[in-house]
Amino acid sequence: MKIGVPIDMPSTDEPVSSTFGRSKKFLIYDTDSKETRYIDNLAMNSQGGAGIKAAQVILDAGVDVLLTPQCGENAAKVLHESHVTLFQTTSGSAQYNIDQFLQGKLLKSGDFHGGYHGRQGEGGRHI
Amino acid sequence: MKIAVLSGKGGTGKTAIAANLAAVCDASMYVDCDVEAPNGNLLFTSSIQKTEPVYVKIPVIDAPQCNGCRACTEFCRFNALAFVSGNVMVFREICHSCGGCVLVCPTKAIAETRQEVGSIAYGTSKNIHVISGAMHIGIASGIPIIKELWNVIEAASEPVFIDCPPGSACSVMESMQHAEYCVLVAEPTVFGTDNLKMVHELVKLFQKPYGVVLNKCLKNEWNPAKEYCVQEGIPILCELPFDQKLAEIQSNGGLVVRKAKQYKNCFSELLKSIEKEVRHAAAVDS
Amino acid sequence: MQQLLILSGKGGTGKTTVAGAFIKLSGAKAVADCDVEAPNLHLLMKCNEPPMYHAYFGMPKAVIDPEKCISCGACYDHCRFDAIAKGDPYIVHSYHCEGCGVCDIVCSVHAVSFQPAAAGRLCLFLGNRVFSTAQLDIGNGTSGKLVTEVKKQMVTHVDDDIIPLAIIDGSPGIGCPVIASLSGADMVLIVAEPSVSGISDMKRIIQTTKLFHRPMAVCINKYDMNKEKSKEIEIFCRLNYISFVGRIPYDTEAVIAANSGLSIIDMDCPSGRAVQLIFKETIKLLFAADLT
Repeated sequence: MKIGVPIDMPSTDEPVSSTFGRSKKFLIYDTDSKETRYIDNLAMNSQGGAGIKAAQVILDAGVDVLLTPQCGENAAKVLHESHVTLFQTTSGSAQYNIDQFLQGKLLKSGDFHGGYHGRQGEGGRHI
Repeated sequence: MKIAVLSGKGGTGKTAIAANLAAVCDASMYVDCDVEAPNGNLLFTSSIQKTEPVYVKIPVIDAPQCNGCRACTEFCRFNALAFVSGNVMVFREICHSCGGCVLVCPTKAIAETRQEVGSIAYGTSKNIHVISGAMHIGIASGIPIIKELWNVIEAASEPVFIDCPPGSACSVMESMQHAEYCVLVAEPTVFGTDNLKMVHELVKLFQKPYGVVLNKCLKNEWNPAKEYCVQEGIPILCELPFDQKLAEIQSNGGLVVRKAKQYKNCFSELLKSIEKEVRHAAAVDS
Repeated sequence: MQQLLILSGKGGTGKTTVAGAFIKLSGAKAVADCDVEAPNLHLLMKCNEPPMYHAYFGMPKAVIDPEKCISCGACYDHCRFDAIAKGDPYIVHSYHCEGCGVCDIVCSVHAVSFQPAAAGRLCLFLGNRVFSTAQLDIGNGTSGKLVTEVKKQMVTHVDDDIIPLAIIDGSPGIGCPVIASLSGADMVLIVAEPSVSGISDMKRIIQTTKLFHRPMAVCINKYDMNKEKSKEIEIFCRLNYISFVGRIPYDTEAVIAANSGLSIIDMDCPSGRAVQLIFKETIKLLFAADLT
């Protein structure tokens, strides 16, 4: 399983980024290979829709579980659609939160803020 | 004659001034372009004849036609599209309606539908056509509604007074860019003067002739806005004193020119000054 | 750290005056002015230290290379924002350009490129408090992102385990900048004006705040301008289970204070005394909400 964590500096000792959509990078930890890699968050400088783009980056990286302090509604929609599970981080480093998750101590995320564009669209994927 | 009424700061009395100017004309149109917080119609006892929705175009994906190439999600600079589990998701409130995704799709899987973003109400109040634009709650930008309002303004033959949003950002620019003359409303505070400077820059950028109405002036108190106008050589069209009675009439939703003769005269004089400035500006242009 | 956001719906209700008073009363060490189109709070903040500026870039805008342009008109035909002017060569009006990229995809000679466009300026004061503000350049849009930058700038320079309270002066309206300022706010205080238009705009901002599930409270400024309308606001709050935290009388001394760069708390005046009571009530609610 691949675990994703938003982070601003490429180190597992770094705290989890306070923002999902505009974090500088994502840490990806593979529980099978036990490897950690870092990818750039292409959404960081987006004018708008940063959460959506960040979610796309996470999806394209094959992440199964995302650990994040918060996440906008639009990003959450993208992630739910693709069956990525979200867990709420606590204060502490990325490594600490990954360990907490693996011990089953993190709670699943239920609370998303309204994001920057308020009311949700219906998705409108199909005619 | 198409006059835009602007203020850098909100709450200077822009709406009341635009509405009362419209009221002292024989026949006129008042257009409320402050679509996030439309108030003008509340000053008129107007009957609304019709309300029309304002739409923007939003992409719709024909899933069977989509081959998953992601040209659309790669193209969209606003991140309004995401490719998830083999399908394209559209985020309507992020979309800027540019139509680009329709153009880039190689299988013609994207068409456009319409989404309502606001409405325009048409009414009359005695001698005035009252046109009021309103943006729906949760929508990010009122520009499409302001554009629609300008279609109405262009078609008008009577004098039009355009109540612009406060500030100097893109919605203000959209509201005043085709006006013939701009009336800047300023209050006698340092807050107001700081913001007046921004809207002054805006009207100069668009090379509009303009003048200032100093509103809510306090007797014998320093007026930083007046000082700025004098320093910059900005024509002062008139100075309206702060008046508790006038404020009360307006707070109850009324036009002072219809309730008190002194104000009718005052606004008639202001209208004459504006008309003179418009004629002068037209003569300079020609 | 709890973030208290002050909004109004309608402009000119006294948001910044109330924010200035709250900052003085609380001694808040984290302050932001999110009214990036028409900021005023810096006029009250009296910062001695020099500010740090950062340019703010909006959407990159299209630029047509005059050497390559063949004046075919394809960009003009497809631009939905009236951002292209016909000519030899065609030119982009940067004020109208939304940076969508359509002109680029229809141009057969690759004459279009995208250039970063400065759209404003972030300003940060780091003294005995962190004060973050910004100014959007005229004619620009996308100020939601600039508002986010203002808040981010404040948050990154503050240790939010130590600093208990941030005061944020919001912007009028209900659009993108307001929506951006609502994110991360722990409570919203709405400053209402007792007039027909003030009440209409108050209802719109309440609806917007509700969309984001933020706890809110309402106070009335210049309440004696129209006591009937003030009552109407109080009844509305009661019927809609919105906390009503107090009323401030119209006070010419408030104008004099502001013009001298002072807060109403710095003078012994009716509005200053009233705002102290509102402050007490609001803070009680804010930290009570935090405990739940």
